[in-house]
Amino acid sequence: MAKTVIVSCGTGIATSTVAAKAIEEACKAAGVAVITKQCKGQEIPELLKQGADLIVTTSTMRFDPGIPVVKGLAFLTGIGIEQVVEEILGYLRD
Amino acid sequence: MNISDYLCKEAVILGLDAAFSEEVIRELGGKLRDQGFVKEDFIEAALEREANMPTGLPLGGEYNAAIPHVDIEYVNKSALGLATLKDEVVFYNMVESDEEVPCRLVIMLALDKPKSQIEMLQSVAAVLQNPEIIQNLVHAKTTEEIFEILS
Repeated sequence: MAKTVIVSCGTGIATSTVAAKAIEEACKAAGVAVITKQCKGQEIPELLKQGADLIVTTSTMRFDPGIPVVKGLAFLTGIGIEQVVEEILGYLRD
Repeated sequence: MNISDYLCKEAVILGLDAAFSEEVIRELGGKLRDQGFVKEDFIEAALEREANMPTGLPLGGEYNAAIPHVDIEYVNKSALGLATLKDEVVFYNMVESDEEVPCRLVIMLALDKPKSQIEMLQSVAAVLQNPEIIQNLVHAKTTEEIFEILS
């Protein structure tokens, strides 16, 4: 079954778009089925109600969502991108 | 790369002498507003957003950048503004909002549709990931030079 990743940023339209696209591509390359849901940071609780496996965020997390959180700034800056992708795949692989 | 397709040449400011991020956002936002790309309340929205959810990015090279932006409701038509800063101006880290990021480059994003400018956004990310391009932008002397670097 496909895993669900909430991809959040400040506006839910800009940096999370870049991160979501990169996560989808990395998962495809690794053969991991994934669904990404983009949102603003404050919309995370609502999306959590529908169930999710992981949060990747490019904005500051203000609360503990109860599921793993990966900081996704690397999708913008490129710094440490391999490790971040591995970390994400690690959470999503069965 | 298609950043230059979106970059508003009237909203390119070189060597801006600013002490605070607010001045940079007001200058760049003002240029985009004067050109009709963003609405009157864009600047206040961008300032509020920057205070609550900052957009500073520590980059791999000598210089860091910030990418202020807000919700689509404040935007008439997608565009980019760009400012190089005479001295470092403190923005805060996007994902660690209490961490200072001294910036010499600010790229302001005005987006009119959600998720639609993926190529433009990816191009911006590609620029941010290239320390040589960032360095060339910071040192550019003319607007034409900025466009050449980005095209």
